[in-house]
Amino acid sequence: MDYFIELLFSGLTRGSIYALIALGYTMVYGIIGLINFAHGEIYMIGAFTAFIVATVLTIFGFPLLAIVILAGLAAAIWASSYGYTIEKIAYRPLRHAPRLSPLISAIGMSIFLQNYVLLAQTSEFLPFPELIPDWEFVEPIAHIIGTTDIVILATTTIVMIILTLVIKYTRLGKAMRATAQDKTMAMLVGINVDRIISATFIIGSSLAAIGGLLIASHIGQINFYIGFLAGIKAFTAAVLGGIGSIPGAVLGSLVLGLTESFATGYVSSDYEDVFAFSLLVLILIFKPSGILGKAETQKV
Amino acid sequence: MKLRKKLLAVGLGFGFMVTSSAMAADTIKFGIIGPHSGNLASYGLPSVNAAKLVVDKMNAAGGVNGMQIELLIEDDECAPEKATNAASKLVSDGAQVVLGGICSGATIAAMPIFKDAGVLAMSPSATNDSLTTSGDYPNFFRTIAPNFAQAPPMADFTMDKLGAKKIAVIHDKGDYGKPLAEGAKAHIEKSGKAEVVLFEGVTPEAVDYSAIVQKIKRSGADAVIFGGYHPEASKIVSGMRKKRLKAAFVSDDGVKDNTFIKVAGKDAEGVYAAGPQDNSDNPLSTNAAAEHKKAFNSDPGAFFDGAYAATTVILNAIAKAGSTELDAMKKVLQTEMVDTPVGKIKFDEKGDAIGVGFSMYVVKDGAFILAD
Repeated sequence: MDYFIELLFSGLTRGSIYALIALGYTMVYGIIGLINFAHGEIYMIGAFTAFIVATVLTIFGFPLLAIVILAGLAAAIWASSYGYTIEKIAYRPLRHAPRLSPLISAIGMSIFLQNYVLLAQTSEFLPFPELIPDWEFVEPIAHIIGTTDIVILATTTIVMIILTLVIKYTRLGKAMRATAQDKTMAMLVGINVDRIISATFIIGSSLAAIGGLLIASHIGQINFYIGFLAGIKAFTAAVLGGIGSIPGAVLGSLVLGLTESFATGYVSSDYEDVFAFSLLVLILIFKPSGILGKAETQKV
Repeated sequence: MKLRKKLLAVGLGFGFMVTSSAMAADTIKFGIIGPHSGNLASYGLPSVNAAKLVVDKMNAAGGVNGMQIELLIEDDECAPEKATNAASKLVSDGAQVVLGGICSGATIAAMPIFKDAGVLAMSPSATNDSLTTSGDYPNFFRTIAPNFAQAPPMADFTMDKLGAKKIAVIHDKGDYGKPLAEGAKAHIEKSGKAEVVLFEGVTPEAVDYSAIVQKIKRSGADAVIFGGYHPEASKIVSGMRKKRLKAAFVSDDGVKDNTFIKVAGKDAEGVYAAGPQDNSDNPLSTNAAAEHKKAFNSDPGAFFDGAYAATTVILNAIAKAGSTELDAMKKVLQTEMVDTPVGKIKFDEKGDAIGVGFSMYVVKDGAFILAD
């Protein structure tokens, strides 16, 4: 039973990690129907920014809590300026182009950003500082769940709730939903569609940056390439949950994380990906739009 | 019309290639292939430095057979698909001998290209067994002992020195880590002194390894043998310490890299890793390190001694054979002992160096030291 609980929390942590990145994919897809392949790189840039800021602040002797908050803020602001810019230069000019064009443009941005960080920063692995210290009360259950795991789980839950509320009840959320349903009609009723799309990219990128900080501090290392595999897995999770749906992205991520964890625990980690992707195929056969996705006609 | 222009351009391209390899006689073209960027660059760049040091010295002394040596450096990022491109580039640029590859997977991908071109390749680091044992690549040599020589000492060390009775063997499913793990497993089972309680491959680059850590814990292993590279090793060892798992962690020369200590930080303490045998009492090795310090103002990195040795024996073979013709060089390599930073070496008929082996190291106070 203990073993089951240990695997359960392993899976939940892994799922929450995917979810922090998957939320950005799903938001952008929900609004403009674009798979933003550069999103994994935004997450990587967030982690690098947090790394640089945290290192500098540590030298100045700031208290740990201040470092976490300031590094998080800096990462979110820096990464969202990247997200905003990418949308403006790589996607906006292609908004009325065939759907394949912005997709290729997104893959291009992804490769560009990877190589940009490789050249401007370093190709080596950097040790990411442990920004979340071990809390003492966690000690008795440390073999099941660590402090970082708890913080990641809590952040994902809070972020998902806030996002759902924002989209359901605020003016911005209403404008987003309107834009998602029909851009032309949204414009006719006075919504600044460009600004809404920019806002979506900014929110999605900030989330990825926060994710970058938390995940990097969980695994303790970063390099220019971390965004790629994490991005692929998060994208898979978003599709599994129903791309475009916020709770779907979280649910899909948790399902993926738990499947991988239990596959490793009870079968073999050699087959971790086999199980995860078999599940994806199965779910998509029976529910092509994902677990919580709405059936869509005509798109793609 | 457009198509014809393209064809013309391709034709011209071939024309240039032919002329460039026809001019190769003026200098000896010494190719270097390995990861010079990407996350494994720290394995490849020291070899470039080693070759530069040896070649500069040779050129200053008048070159080999009266010819100057020219370095051709190609980056393969340790990725097999990039290695084939890099190898083709070297061959078409006229490389006559090659130092590299560095990673086993990339080397296996590049070797057929070197073989077809009749180019000798010597690796300071690729330890995959089949490179020599398969007999597929008569043009391949290496100055590092192969996996089949690395796995038994790792396993023996874990069983005899650490006294482990239950051992979990983990690998990264790669060309380098998996055969090594299999070798260690076979050796443990044959010796009968300990039991392999878990044998599994993990997915490289995953964001979290806590599930496999829990599985190691449940297996009751008192030591983990890991076959793979340092990024995964540091994630797994940190995960083990986070989950309060105290089992010893024993790994290979892919982990015996200072980046591992830098990244894993305090979790690296007490980790054991096999590495090329300790050469610190070999004056040639200390001299080479001093040359490196003088030229590049830093300490040499992974596989530096091996690369220095490889460059030395290759140039010696060219000088003695009087050409870069493969069979003539092979004969020299297999018969003549050469003093190098990794010891006095020559090669057996399969291409493995006679006179090199592995030592076990342990991380103590942020540095690798000899474990016994």
